Amino acid sequence: MSDRPAPPVADDDEGKTMKRRDLIRTAAFAAAAPLAAPSIARAQANRVLKFVPQANLSSMDAVAGTQYVVRNAALMVWDTLYGVNAKLEPQPQMCEGHEVSADLKTWTFKLRPGLKFHDGGAVTTRDVVASLERWMVRDTMGQIIKGRLDALEALDDRTFRFRLNKPFAKMLFALGKNNAPVALIMPERIAKTDPYKLISEYVGSGPMRFRTDEWVPGSKAVFEKFADYSVRPEAGEWLAGGKRMMFDRIEWLIPSDAATAGAALQNGEVDWWETPLPDLVPLLKRNRNINVDIADPLGNIGSLRFNHLQPPFNDVRARRAVLMALSQQDYMQAVVGDNPDLWKESASYFTPGTAVYSDAGGEVLKGKRDIEGAKKLLAEAGLLGAKVTLVVAMDVAITKAEGEVTADLLKKIGFDVDFIATDWGTVGARRAKKDPPSQGGWNIFHTWHAGADCVNPAPYTALDCGGDKAWFGWPKSDAVQQGILNWYDAPDLEAEKRAIAALNRASFENATYGPTGFFLMYQAWRNNVSGVVKAPFPVFWGVQKA
Amino acid sequence: MWAYAIRRIIATIPVMAIVALFVFSLLYLAPGDPAAIIAGDQATPADVERIRASLGLDRPFLIRFGEWLWNVLNGDLGVSIFTNLPVAHMIKQRIEPTLSLMVLTLTFAISFAVPMGVVAAWKQGKWVDRLVMVVAVMGFSVPVFVVGYVLAYTFALQLDWFPVQGYTPIASGIGPWINNLALPAVALGSAFIALLARITRATMLEVLSQDYVRTAKAKGVDQKSILFVHGLKNAAVPIVTIIGLGFAGLIGGAVVTESVFAIPGVGRLVVDAILRRDYPVIQGVVLMFSFVYVIVNLCVDLLYTVFDPRIRY
Repeated sequence: MSDRPAPPVADDDEGKTMKRRDLIRTAAFAAAAPLAAPSIARAQANRVLKFVPQANLSSMDAVAGTQYVVRNAALMVWDTLYGVNAKLEPQPQMCEGHEVSADLKTWTFKLRPGLKFHDGGAVTTRDVVASLERWMVRDTMGQIIKGRLDALEALDDRTFRFRLNKPFAKMLFALGKNNAPVALIMPERIAKTDPYKLISEYVGSGPMRFRTDEWVPGSKAVFEKFADYSVRPEAGEWLAGGKRMMFDRIEWLIPSDAATAGAALQNGEVDWWETPLPDLVPLLKRNRNINVDIADPLGNIGSLRFNHLQPPFNDVRARRAVLMALSQQDYMQAVVGDNPDLWKESASYFTPGTAVYSDAGGEVLKGKRDIEGAKKLLAEAGLLGAKVTLVVAMDVAITKAEGEVTADLLKKIGFDVDFIATDWGTVGARRAKKDPPSQGGWNIFHTWHAGADCVNPAPYTALDCGGDKAWFGWPKSDAVQQGILNWYDAPDLEAEKRAIAALNRASFENATYGPTGFFLMYQAWRNNVSGVVKAPFPVFWGVQKA
Repeated sequence: MWAYAIRRIIATIPVMAIVALFVFSLLYLAPGDPAAIIAGDQATPADVERIRASLGLDRPFLIRFGEWLWNVLNGDLGVSIFTNLPVAHMIKQRIEPTLSLMVLTLTFAISFAVPMGVVAAWKQGKWVDRLVMVVAVMGFSVPVFVVGYVLAYTFALQLDWFPVQGYTPIASGIGPWINNLALPAVALGSAFIALLARITRATMLEVLSQDYVRTAKAKGVDQKSILFVHGLKNAAVPIVTIIGLGFAGLIGGAVVTESVFAIPGVGRLVVDAILRRDYPVIQGVVLMFSFVYVIVNLCVDLLYTVFDPRIRY
């Protein structure tokens, strides 16, 4: 006799053995399971977004560093007190609201109730104060606040206050701006880190938590939905409103090769590519499964950066001569190609299409380019044939293109060009040297500035003309510095516009740097992804995958 | 033999010390600044200077080198300047894909190249020989990244047989693991096959002209035994040497292949580290590679005794 149980088929033994109809139902379910599996797998796949960022996420501190890719990741993990919308108007985010004194010297803020960090701790004003103190050391606007600060104090767990000795009208913009360093709120213990050292614990209160255990720098970064995130009731718009995450996981996949990223998007292995190479855009546009559109409506401004400390560009006539001959069309076609939708000439240091844009004083960049006039000016200054050390990062497509156009331009107007082809890491180190080019210094390097950083002087470090303390190239101009202060103190939009017009004029008179044109970049995503918006950073909230 | 192996392993210590000093000096002298990269494009020169000081990069060479060497001797490769993650952890994360790629590439290359070389030698001057030589020349001539792009375009984008990029750990199953690595292994193996096939052919030609082979033929030994038992075994020493030397070539090739197929291996780790001047990571990876290379050479030396009993250590 077998000790195995009897076959479970008896109809009359309810409760102990399986009925025939149960068996049939089970068998049918088992047979159907493989058919159901793909839809379950699909549903799970729909909760995961695979995203290719603009660059490798090499660190995760958007206060100590200003890399855009780090800022973009940080905006998911950490929240801000205020956040700008698409009109760059700051809206309450972690804050419930604020009160400000009539003299704009006392700003009192109240946090929303129920805010939590990813480690489960409540967000309190002690965290806010410590975070803002760290941020104020590194951020230009923060430094101005710090310079006017009598006290930043936590009144209770949800209320904190700035007491200033001078009015500061742009407090909300400073707390809600998207430009790095962003005023991110982190736990007090982390915010106490030296502002010049990278944090090593990535705990925020934003809609996604960072999975440090899954981080493979240079290859993959994973963000997981934070279940306790307190979503605002309003619709989400840029950094303002409700940040509703439709994904359980967002995986940043970092192929080091643009062609591989393009192929992966075409093959459906990734869902969204932040900055496709312009050369690959026509190919992607031909693919019916892929959408291609402008990524950031605020675009970018190309930059030919002079070293104001070293000859020949310590002479303003040499800088002006370059601007007289500089053709933005040449630069833009080299950078983004022939598509006229992607670039425009702009005789301004500010972002076209924004509220305070001005091209006052930008005549030197308009009309027919004056090679002969530039030569004549250089001859007057005794600089014809002067040696110019042009340091070009050849591993970055934009700077490579700009550098090659500049080399040609400089030769045409009579300079002797020493073209140093190198990588961005070397440019980053070399541009910090104030020594003569013969001792490891430089005369010109190229970069570009995000249009979002050029909407006003606050985040615009490249415009600063504070001499030794200014950005690389160390330009000095009292008129420019006064223009920046005038903008900070402007009480309304009209006053801001006047300040910006004067500032633009002063910048061109000083030839602070050479704006090589305004250009846009594309982003590309699969058709099954919806909710992708145009913004200066990838906005993940509201994006879904079918 | 064991005494020899132990002596060789001990001899790696001064080699590693020289490598360490060389790599550290090279990085110290090379242009570039991780502080500038951390600070980002918007940072001021003063910010960069402060970050450099906070990283200790403004300290004298000897102090930095001594500190690093002491930590290495204590089994600590340091932490990444950018991620604050331990270098050993970062290497551990990346070692499996790289080793997998190398193992698969070597398996693929040896299993194709050696028979190709043997057959080419056997059929010297015939069309088979010429075909093998054409394949070998093509393998040498076409860069790995071009082979990679062509394979990805054909077999991933057009035929959809393989994924374009990425890596699946072996723990997730042999099938997905091979599926992800098949194209990279073929791409990386193409040049190695060419080298190995040519060496095998040349060595086999020499062996097949020896008196003992003629004797074997005269005795009526069948062709298969002549080629693979009498011939190949005696030709094995130079082939094994080339396989060992080729390992270094594969490390270099893996850097390119891992980039083309977005494999999160050690090759990409070191390239990314070089581009952003993450000194502890570069130093850690180079030390590891040099150690692996020394060990591979030792294994090759020991394998000689298997193929040629006359060799004794």
